[in-house]
Amino acid sequence: MVYSEKLQNVTVLGAAGKMGSGILLLTAVEMADLSLKPENKGKAFVLNAMDVSKEGLAGLMLYLRTQVQKIAEKKTVALRKFYADRADLIENEEIINQYIFDVMNIVRPTTRVESAYDSTLVFEAVSENRALKVKLLSQIDQNNPEKPWFFTNTSSVPIHLIDEEANLGGRVLGFHFYNPPAVQKLVELIVTGKTNTEMIEFANIYAKNLGKVVVPANDFAGFIGNGHFMRDALHGIHTVEKLAKDMPFVEAVYAVNRVSQDFLIRPMGIFQLIDYVGIDVVSFIMGVMNPFLPDEDLHSALLDRMIGLGVKGGQFSDGSQKDGFLKYEKGKSTAIYDPATQTYVAISALKEKCDKFLGDPPASLIAWKAAVKVKDKDQTFGKIFADMKAMNTKGAMLAVEYGNKSNAIGKKLVSDHVAHNEADVNTVLLTGFFHAYGPVNGYF
Amino acid sequence: MSKPHKRIFMAAGYNTVSMGTGRSEFNPKKARPGLEHYFNEAAQGTLKQIGGAKKVDECVVGNFMASRFNKQAHLGGFFPMVDPDLQFKPAIRVEGACASGGLALVTSIKNVLAGTADVSLTVGIEVQNTVKAIYGADILAGAGWFQKRKNGHAYFFPGQFSDRAGAYYEKYGMDYARKGMGRWFRNAMENARLCPTAQEYENKTEDLEALYNKLKPNGAGFVDNLNVLDCSKVSDGASSIVVCTEEGLKRCGIPKNEAVEILAWAHKVRNITEDPPDPTEVLTIKKAALAALEDAGITIHDLGTIETHDCFSIAGVLATEALGFAEKGKGAQFVAEGNTARNGKIPMNTTGGLIGWGHPTGGTGVHMAVTVWEQLTGKAGAAQITIHPDKPYGLSINMGGDDVTVVAIVYKRGE
Repeated sequence: MVYSEKLQNVTVLGAAGKMGSGILLLTAVEMADLSLKPENKGKAFVLNAMDVSKEGLAGLMLYLRTQVQKIAEKKTVALRKFYADRADLIENEEIINQYIFDVMNIVRPTTRVESAYDSTLVFEAVSENRALKVKLLSQIDQNNPEKPWFFTNTSSVPIHLIDEEANLGGRVLGFHFYNPPAVQKLVELIVTGKTNTEMIEFANIYAKNLGKVVVPANDFAGFIGNGHFMRDALHGIHTVEKLAKDMPFVEAVYAVNRVSQDFLIRPMGIFQLIDYVGIDVVSFIMGVMNPFLPDEDLHSALLDRMIGLGVKGGQFSDGSQKDGFLKYEKGKSTAIYDPATQTYVAISALKEKCDKFLGDPPASLIAWKAAVKVKDKDQTFGKIFADMKAMNTKGAMLAVEYGNKSNAIGKKLVSDHVAHNEADVNTVLLTGFFHAYGPVNGYF
Repeated sequence: MSKPHKRIFMAAGYNTVSMGTGRSEFNPKKARPGLEHYFNEAAQGTLKQIGGAKKVDECVVGNFMASRFNKQAHLGGFFPMVDPDLQFKPAIRVEGACASGGLALVTSIKNVLAGTADVSLTVGIEVQNTVKAIYGADILAGAGWFQKRKNGHAYFFPGQFSDRAGAYYEKYGMDYARKGMGRWFRNAMENARLCPTAQEYENKTEDLEALYNKLKPNGAGFVDNLNVLDCSKVSDGASSIVVCTEEGLKRCGIPKNEAVEILAWAHKVRNITEDPPDPTEVLTIKKAALAALEDAGITIHDLGTIETHDCFSIAGVLATEALGFAEKGKGAQFVAEGNTARNGKIPMNTTGGLIGWGHPTGGTGVHMAVTVWEQLTGKAGAAQITIHPDKPYGLSINMGGDDVTVVAIVYKRGE
């Protein structure tokens, strides 16, 4: 297997989507860097950016240009070496502009799936729809004489099912980026017993070149990331439903969101995270995973209700947050949705009351920004959560309950053989979800 | 000849804030004041102290690269914008890279000596935060020989002084050298905290040398032998002062003891197309500073304060050797021992210098003159040092490029 040969003709399916655009960017940069190596001079590198949306593709090219410029500005020291033999490129700006041109020159936006018929490598990042994935991959494989390798970004569909249903003969693996792919360090790598070994070798080199941390996950619906997130989200939802029996729904959402962010020292509250991923996407992923979990019911009537009311969260194409459980102004949550009245209630109107209900967090608590930099995690977080356990305020009790649940979910992922070990579970939450500490810990 | 044939004074100095990273009001994503704002503020600051623009005969502005940073040349034309009484008066912009401010002072001195002016308004200005640092590096590289740009570092000037630092490390030891450079950085921050216009005025780092030691030079992202704390700031700012005859000073209503007298100056230029003969020596600085001191009839031991061009900490260390405070290779030790701190043998860069106060490139030479004027006339506020009667002289050393153009000026409080 020659690494650069596999990357000479690549297609990203769903390239204009949230995940596809990031995968396209990283792959375009990797391919351009290869094309600039002396041994690859004169070889054509082609990256098809395939998406059904023409508008999406136009936006994608703009996104790509902006991001490539930022990347080029950061690695100008290296780029000056790449272009050392180009006497016409002298100033940083000239070199940066040439690099942007060279990256963009590789990318061919297209709405036609036929573009993938010449590719040796196909990234699949279409919506989380098993039938669609199978149909596309099967169609490409039947028409492509290159026996292409397929990397699917699915976050929930078992890989062996895609392999069998599309009849790919082991030429597919799960290469699950986290959102946004250009920033998040984590990739979950999912292989089956049949996966081509050369492909696995290639996937590891490719991930390393992209600066990613690879966590292997077993081929089980939802893998590690969603295996934790979906259950963690359901716990938050169920807690709200319980609290809402004795308090207004919006206050319960505020309380649980605050506990899961501030008290648990996470970057986002659970409802903000559901909004970030998209209420519909979360519900859809639960739907994909649920049939494979005979002992559990991974489903939420509340999510269905929100979707039915047209409240879905997710992001606008510029990356800004759409309203969901929470309403956002300049990236900050300002109000909470009440499905009963179908209106948003300002956080300022309920904050004081809810904060009083929760009580103060322990004095030893630190903010997430400081927490991610903590070196002696066991000592710091051990103390914070020991303090929290000793308190009998509602906020502290909800937080401890939440921490215990997260811990149990993490351990179950190992005992269910989804993750190879507890360290992998923690790595996924630390790098893919930016948690300050892993869920499998001795703090609770 | 650099010894004036008539008495020359400087007075009514003014510095704007040095704006850029470090200042809490600086936000690179928001629109900021431009060239006109800083020009106006600085020149007005001086005009107010001399009783208005009618007192001015000629105007000089030192600027390096507004033509690229701001797409604006022809800066002489901005003086009448400052005040209608400057309309139709002679005004000129001079350029010598980061020594542009020093050259503006030299030009004003020459105006005065030529007899065409008794009061020459002198401004130095640069507004550099218009572009990201990686593009700013292209613009600043214009201070070197363009033929060398292709093979130079992405951050061209940090690259040049990284090479100097590397040569110094090789000769005298890296750890030894960085002790001196780290102390230089610490002095710069501590002094800047005493000056409200300084870019690092709000700096709060407790253990500055520990911070410095933690940031190891890393050639993969920046340059081989310097970290970012070794470097001067990217700054927007302007400074202004008047250069006067005795007659001019009277006209402005400024008593002599509120002014500094220019006893001598030197302006030396090295061949830009050649590498420095010895990278561990700043030869042009040495020649200019020693010539100015000789013409003033004093030695380094008569100096009470020095403003020297520390675009990089290694340049500060090398200046102590060039001036003769330390032998070759002993400058790092001289600095590390605290001799250049504000309470040391020879206080240098008492408001932070280029690393602490800031480095609006074309403005720096004038900023140095304003700082020396403040110190010698007791106007430095919280940054004031004690000027002992037996060491009443000040010296400024303003450098353009890699020790290519140097202006050195010797000052004493007016009597």
